[in-house]
Amino acid sequence: MPQRIWMIMWKEFIQIMRDARMLVVVIALPVLMLVLYGYAINFDVKHLPLAIYDQDRSQASRALISAFAQSEYFTMVAWLHNNPQVTQALDRGQAKVVLVIPTTYSADLAAGQTTAVQVLVDGSDATTASTAIGYAQAMVQQHSAQIAVQALQGAGVNTSGVSLPVDNRVRYWYNPELKSTNFIIPGLIAVILMMLATLLTSMTVVRERERGTIESLIVSPVMPVELMLGKLIPYVLIAFFDVMLVMVASVLLFHIPLVGSPVLVLALSGIFLTAALGIGLLISTVATSQQFAMTVAVMATQLPSVLMSGFLFPINSMPPKVQLLTLLIPATHFIKILRAVFLKGSGFADLWQPTLFLLLIGGVMLGLSALRFKKKV
Amino acid sequence: MMHTEVPLAVEVTDLVKRFGAFTAVDHISFTVPKGEIFGFLGPNGAGKSTTIRMLCGILVPTAGSGRVAGFDVVTESERIKTRIGYMSQKFSLYEDLTVEENIEFYGGVYGVSRHKLAERKQWILEMANLTERRTSLTGELAMGWKQRLALGCAIVHEPEILFLDEPTAGVDPISRRTFWDLIYDVAGQGVTVFVTTHYMDEAEHCDRLAMIYNGQLIALGSPQALKDRTVSGVLLDIQAQPAMAALEALEEAPGVTDVTIFGSALHVIVETADAIPSLRDYLTARQITVTALEPILPSLEDAFVALIEQADQQAAMGKE
Ligand SMILES: Nc1ncnc2c1ncn2[C@@H]1O[C@H](COP(=O)(O)OP(=O)(O)OP(=O)(O)O)[C@@H](O)[C@H]1O
Ligand SMILES: [Mg+2]
Repeated sequence: MPQRIWMIMWKEFIQIMRDARMLVVVIALPVLMLVLYGYAINFDVKHLPLAIYDQDRSQASRALISAFAQSEYFTMVAWLHNNPQVTQALDRGQAKVVLVIPTTYSADLAAGQTTAVQVLVDGSDATTASTAIGYAQAMVQQHSAQIAVQALQGAGVNTSGVSLPVDNRVRYWYNPELKSTNFIIPGLIAVILMMLATLLTSMTVVRERERGTIESLIVSPVMPVELMLGKLIPYVLIAFFDVMLVMVASVLLFHIPLVGSPVLVLALSGIFLTAALGIGLLISTVATSQQFAMTVAVMATQLPSVLMSGFLFPINSMPPKVQLLTLLIPATHFIKILRAVFLKGSGFADLWQPTLFLLLIGGVMLGLSALRFKKKV
Repeated sequence: MMHTEVPLAVEVTDLVKRFGAFTAVDHISFTVPKGEIFGFLGPNGAGKSTTIRMLCGILVPTAGSGRVAGFDVVTESERIKTRIGYMSQKFSLYEDLTVEENIEFYGGVYGVSRHKLAERKQWILEMANLTERRTSLTGELAMGWKQRLALGCAIVHEPEILFLDEPTAGVDPISRRTFWDLIYDVAGQGVTVFVTTHYMDEAEHCDRLAMIYNGQLIALGSPQALKDRTVSGVLLDIQAQPAMAALEALEEAPGVTDVTIFGSALHVIVETADAIPSLRDYLTARQITVTALEPILPSLEDAFVALIEQADQQAAMGKE
């Protein structure tokens, strides 16, 4: 490596080590973000507050209620006795779900007729509501199947060889418990590293401009590409430290499995970091002040990587044009990689495509930064 | 085109720099032979830094051409870089690096070999009197030391030509003296020094001066030649009370070509020395007390003021 790149790396390292603020950003920020986001974002719907209006008050209705109450998805919070109370419980948010069992419930069942129960769900939180409806439907179905079997037995039919004709059993691969943290955390790692890496480099060139040191560099024989590389490499190393920090913290705090190869994760992280740091560098060559650079870095990375990378919202359900746009976001590719390696244990053979995209983004960013630096002083 | 005997360190032809509609440097031409201490003198905003920055490859000229060490500043800037040293007007070393680290950084960036660098570092530390402070953070140094370190870093790679942009701005007079001693040292080693300043006493130290005003070159020559050429007639230093009345009276007085306020005194140019006795009588007759009135040799400042007045008059006439 040319001596000039070495010198810039060396200088940059000393400066980072002497900057207390920088150390806070490098060490405290990622862990803080991981903990805050990690605990805040949770799509698992468990222990939904459930209220019951049992108009029937029979043995049959109690059996259905206990089926609900025993599941971990619902927690009984109230017994209701009339319709106004039902409205009130939902309005006040005391309950998210109300199960109403009609007076004819046990009679209908005894007569071998189809009966209906009513499940009222607070729809103001659409995600939770749809999950709750799903759970409730499943519970009711299961319960009615049991009743059907019992009825047959009661009629003297030998059911030992009989099972329900279709056993609808969905099995989730890769994330058997459907823990949303398993899905969220790898994405979160990408979001955090994206912001951090961009932030790190975004200030490095503007700082030289603000302090006037840029002129000494321009008149020196340092080539723009050498300067950009010399500035980039120390941050790649520092960001690598953060990769490990965040990943170890994720495994320890959120117990997400790392099925695949840790070495592969690290290697591909390096490529991702180059892209993210490259974006920071480009921002830095354009920005007029450190303040401005920081703001742009946070805006430019947070919004796209949270909203458009597939972190929270599936890319498949976006309009086709937006889907193309998501390819420009490094986090999109890195999230793909992380989820695949962490949860599926995928190898490089499955991941060359996102890797290639990351390489492309990184190369373009670095090139643009060097060009931009040359033109504008 | 004929080639001059002495090789040129700097050669500027019709150089122009515009920022939008504003012309910061307006068709200036001059040459600097090798080994000279060349001063670039001008008031704030005259275009000194802009010119130097074009020569060092920081800014691209709008028009005209410049050659440094024989290379074109636009097309061959890479070849110029290792041959020049530059000290910018704004302090531009890393304040969070130590004295030694700054020297090592710039030495390394300029490709000075490890062995040579150790030697240069030693020399710079001694020259700048910073040996004891070698491990201090640069930001903690007083301005005078910082400037000397900046000079050291600018010459760590032993450039042929050294560009100094107001190297002594904001430095106390003693440090300025020391700094100029260093400049002489460097020049003594055969380095061409191109230095901007607006201190007249510093300008006197230069072999040759270019005076620049509103982006235009208004005079070029040795300090002595500039003084002789610009001030035609005899320069008088007059101390008189009340000063305002004296100023007004002198402007009307016969034989007087120019009056300027110069500290507490007035500098007056008369056509010949014969006018001196009658001038004293002229003032006394107007109830003005004359405490001193004597011919003096024009200073560089007198020359500078006279040149700027001429330039302003010409500009005014050009507008009419
Ligand atoms: N990048 C720029 N954009 C616009 N105007 C500029 C720029 N750089 C310099 N100028 C203007 O050009 C003029 C000349 O500036 P320059 O810095 O060359 O002056 P100077 O002679 O060095 O003055 P000083 O003694 O204050 O350093 C000034 O009016 C300045 O405002
Ligand atoms: Mg200047």
